[in-house]
Amino acid sequence: MSVEQTEQAVKIRDVPPQWPESLYRILKAADIQQMSYVPDAGHATLIRLFCADSEVRSNVLSSEEEGIAIATGAWLGGQRSVVLMQSSGVGNCINMLSLPVQSRTPLLMLVTMRGEWGEFNPWQVPMGQATEAALRAIGVTVLRAETAADVVDMVEQAAGMAFEGDQQIAVLLGQRLLGKKKW
Amino acid sequence: MVIGMKEQTMDRRAAVAKLLAARNGALVVTGLGSPSYDVHAAGDSLGNFYLWGAMGGAALTGLGLAQAQPDKRVMVITGDGEMLMALGAIATIAVASPRNLDIIVLDNQQYGETGMQASHTARGIELDKIAAAAGFSDTGELRSLEEVEVLTERLDQRAQGPRLFVLKINAENLPRSLPPRDAVFIKNRFRAHLGYATC
Repeated sequence: MSVEQTEQAVKIRDVPPQWPESLYRILKAADIQQMSYVPDAGHATLIRLFCADSEVRSNVLSSEEEGIAIATGAWLGGQRSVVLMQSSGVGNCINMLSLPVQSRTPLLMLVTMRGEWGEFNPWQVPMGQATEAALRAIGVTVLRAETAADVVDMVEQAAGMAFEGDQQIAVLLGQRLLGKKKW
Repeated sequence: MVIGMKEQTMDRRAAVAKLLAARNGALVVTGLGSPSYDVHAAGDSLGNFYLWGAMGGAALTGLGLAQAQPDKRVMVITGDGEMLMALGAIATIAVASPRNLDIIVLDNQQYGETGMQASHTARGIELDKIAAAAGFSDTGELRSLEEVEVLTERLDQRAQGPRLFVLKINAENLPRSLPPRDAVFIKNRFRAHLGYATC
């Protein structure tokens, strides 16, 4: 994604630009070597930074569950990874999550929320409201960040739990943190 | 009745045994069901990761592994039903374009685990053509063990990108050869084989 496209994404989602850069530094410090994503305005800066990083293998996905399988394979081969998606994509992942859950493979998902705060599109609400419950139901540990300070701290802790403790963790980035989508 | 070339199929266990006899250190990921049994029947290996579920996840588990281990060849051995559930994976793998990932689809055109219901491949869907259209560097449909023999030599050559081959196999349920179902055990021994610590 070009800088212009990122700026455009920031404009349509009103994303405060600083914390994604902090997240990138934290994920790099956690030795993330693979990143997979379905394009998303809330993750636009993080996606741009990773895609420009020749030390990290970035995979664009056709559907979010693909990233869960890639992350499992990466760990089998000795690499840490992160999967970026929007809350609507969590529903696509449920059965595939049985792979890291059953094999107790470290998994770090960063999920930008829709359908919970200032949402204009009612179609985003059902999955947004079901996201946390669905993740917990399949056995994923859920952390939730509502402020920029929270999200940086929380992702750092989540990476430690995932990769040092073999846990499957999703960090939800609240819609209030991300800002309203401009229609 | 004379069987035409188009109808000819091969013994799945013999085909998989040939591929694995020539693996030459390749890491193997199997799709759930009969492909896992076929690979196990050919001889258990520390370099095998068997899926018992997560249908649609075999090829992409292979992708993550291939990206983490660029100096090793990764071979995904799966079935037509499992690959059909991951058609999007063909696009994702083509875009990622790994040079060390080969996908072998054991295609009996049926869902063997659930009572031999016809799959899409029995109705004209050709997975090798889909992979070729997506940009895989080498693809093909094989119908005999002689062709598999030739394929093992082709797979040993360095690839320009991901490769996918469909092996048309007999539609039969063979005696099961069950790999361990403990996924934590399989994961830990696979990682130990590559020199990585467990938690």
